[in-house]
Amino acid sequence: MTTRIFGSGIRRREDPRLITGRASYTDDIKLPGMLHAAILRSPYAHANIKSVDASGAAGQPGVVAVYTGEDTDGVLNGLPCAWLIPGSDLKTPAHPPVAKDKVRYVGDAVAVVVAESRYQAEDALEHISVDYEPLGVVINPKAATQDGATQLHEDVPNNIAFTWAVAGGDADAAFADAAVTVGDTITLQRLIANPMEPRSALAQWSAATGELTLWNTSQNPHIARFLTCVVTGVPEHKIRVIAPEVGGGFGSKIPYYADEAITAFCSMKLGVPVKWTETRSENYLITTQGRDHIEEVEMAATSDGVITGLRTTVYAGLGGYLSTASPGVPTILHGLMYSGPYNIPNISGTVYGVFNNGCPVDAYRGAGRPEATTLIERLVDLVAAAVGQDPAEVRRKNLIPKFENGHDVATGITYDSGDYESALDSCLSAAGYEALRAEQAQARAEGRCVGIGVSSYVEICGLGPSQVAGAVGFQGGLWESAIIRFYPTGKVNVMVGSSPHGQGEETTFAQIVAGEVGVDVDDVEVLHGDTDNTPMGWGTYGSRTTAVSGAAIAVAARKIKEKSRALAAHLLEAAPEDIEYEDGRFFVRGSPDQHKTIQDIALMANVAWNMPEGMEPGLEASAFYDPPNFTYPFGAHVAVVEVDPETGHIDLQRYVAVDDCGVQINPMIVEGQVHGGVVQGVGPALWEGAVYDDDGQLVTGSMLDYALPRADLLPEIEVHSNTTPSPHHPLGVKGIGEAGTIASTPTVYNAVMDALRPLGVTRVDMPLTPEKVWRAINDARNGG
Amino acid sequence: MFPAQLTYHRAGSIAEAVQLLSDNEGAKLLAGGHSLLPLMKLRLAAPAVLVDIGRIEALRGISASDGGITIGALTTHAEIASSDLVRQNAPVLAEAAALVGDPAVRNRGTIGGSVSHADPASDQPTVLTALGATFNVTGPGGDRSIAAADFATGLLENALEENEVLTSISVPSVPSGAGSAYVKFPHPASRYAVVGAAAILAVSGGMCSSASVAVGGVETTPARASSVEAALAGSDLSDAALDAAAAAVGGDLSGDPMGDVFASAEYRRAMASVYVRRALGAAAARAG
Repeated sequence: MTTRIFGSGIRRREDPRLITGRASYTDDIKLPGMLHAAILRSPYAHANIKSVDASGAAGQPGVVAVYTGEDTDGVLNGLPCAWLIPGSDLKTPAHPPVAKDKVRYVGDAVAVVVAESRYQAEDALEHISVDYEPLGVVINPKAATQDGATQLHEDVPNNIAFTWAVAGGDADAAFADAAVTVGDTITLQRLIANPMEPRSALAQWSAATGELTLWNTSQNPHIARFLTCVVTGVPEHKIRVIAPEVGGGFGSKIPYYADEAITAFCSMKLGVPVKWTETRSENYLITTQGRDHIEEVEMAATSDGVITGLRTTVYAGLGGYLSTASPGVPTILHGLMYSGPYNIPNISGTVYGVFNNGCPVDAYRGAGRPEATTLIERLVDLVAAAVGQDPAEVRRKNLIPKFENGHDVATGITYDSGDYESALDSCLSAAGYEALRAEQAQARAEGRCVGIGVSSYVEICGLGPSQVAGAVGFQGGLWESAIIRFYPTGKVNVMVGSSPHGQGEETTFAQIVAGEVGVDVDDVEVLHGDTDNTPMGWGTYGSRTTAVSGAAIAVAARKIKEKSRALAAHLLEAAPEDIEYEDGRFFVRGSPDQHKTIQDIALMANVAWNMPEGMEPGLEASAFYDPPNFTYPFGAHVAVVEVDPETGHIDLQRYVAVDDCGVQINPMIVEGQVHGGVVQGVGPALWEGAVYDDDGQLVTGSMLDYALPRADLLPEIEVHSNTTPSPHHPLGVKGIGEAGTIASTPTVYNAVMDALRPLGVTRVDMPLTPEKVWRAINDARNGG
Repeated sequence: MFPAQLTYHRAGSIAEAVQLLSDNEGAKLLAGGHSLLPLMKLRLAAPAVLVDIGRIEALRGISASDGGITIGALTTHAEIASSDLVRQNAPVLAEAAALVGDPAVRNRGTIGGSVSHADPASDQPTVLTALGATFNVTGPGGDRSIAAADFATGLLENALEENEVLTSISVPSVPSGAGSAYVKFPHPASRYAVVGAAAILAVSGGMCSSASVAVGGVETTPARASSVEAALAGSDLSDAALDAAAAAVGGDLSGDPMGDVFASAEYRRAMASVYVRRALGAAAARAG
């Protein structure tokens, strides 16, 4: 074999079936006798339910059953929160799958109709009458904490679900002594994840065996099984969850939702399969959203721009209820990253998790880190402006120097490896930063508003050591497992507990096996997503699948290799220590003709005609991998924009990304992840945002109003990378799923603010829509 | 995304379409489906009867007519954008058609459906208003014509009677040597016009001999900018003249522009003069 498969940008094997429409998703599955569910949703953001009269729906054509909260109450348990952050006085108010007494956001489930067709079920919904008593509504997460604000849950005063703090050094002293302090209030608006495939659940209850099978759009089917057990009471070993093809998630398919519990309930009541698939409109109302931060932040520095301290107060909106992982996102995944790639010796942060009358908020690509990186990078730019230095140079002087194996920061975590200055240098060089600044000066002289944004970032991913998961209240482990099974013909199945849904791991995992034991990459099939034929695992999120699940595969492959070496030695009548390995061949040192291929070994192990004393038949290995630390990818990005001051339009003209995700298994897939990630972070900077009105109605309820990024609004994204291996990972990889999203929001935001600085504009809330920019320019011109 | 129960009829001729409309109160015409079907899927519209006119050949196609062209109501935006007849006689209509939605919408959406839907953020009603087009309709009592400027009567409301069908649109040729342009501020999500401005400037001896200007997206119907036109007539189309003319558009707006979460009424009003100015600049550059 001359081509090195591990590390080469081979094409994604998933793509042909995806791009030709031949993949099979949950909604594609049709079972005999299957009925369809439609769910009645609250039109009010906050109301008491005085009565529900479902009798009118029962007699409608095709209707088989109608259930309300009265029916599910006491049968289904409440939806659990699975990230109980300690030391935060976390309140966990009840979250019934079907609301019985009160609704807390538009979309809260109130009743379900099961009918022979989905059309009939939808029509019948209109015959259910609900008597609501509307209550006050609060959307802004800071306003929700003020005395007198409408209270969503009886036992949660001021709507504060938790108060979490992070501290290192002495921030107050740093600010008292600082020559320079800067501050800002940053809003990170709510975002709708918009996976191409909406969520879906198909439940099949077998009264004969007491088994429940749930096809579900999940990023983590093993967690979905566990939580289905918690909510329905069906024992875990009697539940099979299958996540077939899943068309993107971006975090929104991590949580366990009311809808799958309701679907399971209906199937268990009726004894036939029941399917529910959300409409795009429902997706906008009920599938967890991201961000919703109001961040009051300040930074202290010396007169030369050396950062000495950071203080934050963050109001993080959680929506009407706690979602599965929501408390961990604005805390563990956010506040612990307050040092960014910089030496910031003194840090103090407080995060209030706040109930508000919107859709529940949970992880969304980047989950907590974009919210951290944005505030840090904004403040660094403000420090640069305050001390009159170039923002790139201020970053450089504050970056943590290169380290290869561990660096402690003030928030108490230890980064694995980093070379932040090289990333910054690479990016400035690729962008032609000095020339850009010269062109900007020329443009400004001509009266044009050109801006350049720079950001450095480091992020925490590869979640994570299970011991740490437990210590921070995550109600599960964070290890992964893999089984590698060789068949007599030398073909291989790899079974993993993680659940890729678009990231390309069917390809990269096969590349790992090919790289470790020398089989052809096309001889490896990766199985995932079905709890019945995959080993336990905690799922695909937090850029952890390659970092953790990939490590488990590497460890298992190395076990295969060692057994193969021993069997080869036996078959070649040599001592194991005399057997060498190269590209899938085991041979006696000095006699390469005397060899056994990995395929020879697979056959001989499977037929077991001639095994060494004490060696078990078969060629199969499993590994459970619990990482010793998180991984910390990093990089630097540069954006160039021009603002039309007459209209406020922003033209994103260039985007340059340098990311260091450690060793790359497939550079083409890495580049694709950076592309998508960057775009998903540019969106909220410029266009995207879920807007609720004062009554809690979602104003941006469809793609007519919610501005997803479009290809023609984006420049060619210039992607480069450096390689700093993770010191603790078996393959040196770190993770790349979220890096682009984490870096690009502040990069573009800073570029626009750089363009507007000469006009006297100091702040504009994201998204930077034309009207907001136009108003800010006019206000500044009018001396505002 | 699941429309309510309805009855579907396919009309084989214009007469049959008129008859079906007359026989079914509240029936809606279905052409390309790009305006009506989304509303039905959201259950914002729930017509009990749909009359599909999509296969009536007589409603399709572009032909030369006396002093201009006639465009069948079923003609798609893509067909208009690529039509030589349109490009020669009313290039601004082709320019605007190419800016409607995205390729899928342009290949499926029809000019008749677009103007009948009477969405003020649509592109073609604005351009047809500036062009002084005429809408030809057929009803139980026969045929009649409606001026483009009178066709939209309010937000999503048009001048058609319940049982009338828009059959074609007559577009007069722009004067020889005239410059025309349509400039649009697209909503980043929907691609509808937040503001759209169409201008047709005829030039004689270096002076503007006639001007026709319309603005869409700002009010509930496209507005003919007669103040702008008056300011342009006889002017030398210099930058200063165009600046002054565009600034006059405020006088053509009713004072009650639309506003939403993306663009307020105040902002749309301000952008109306910016986009009129840009349309004038582009049209003037193409004139002569």
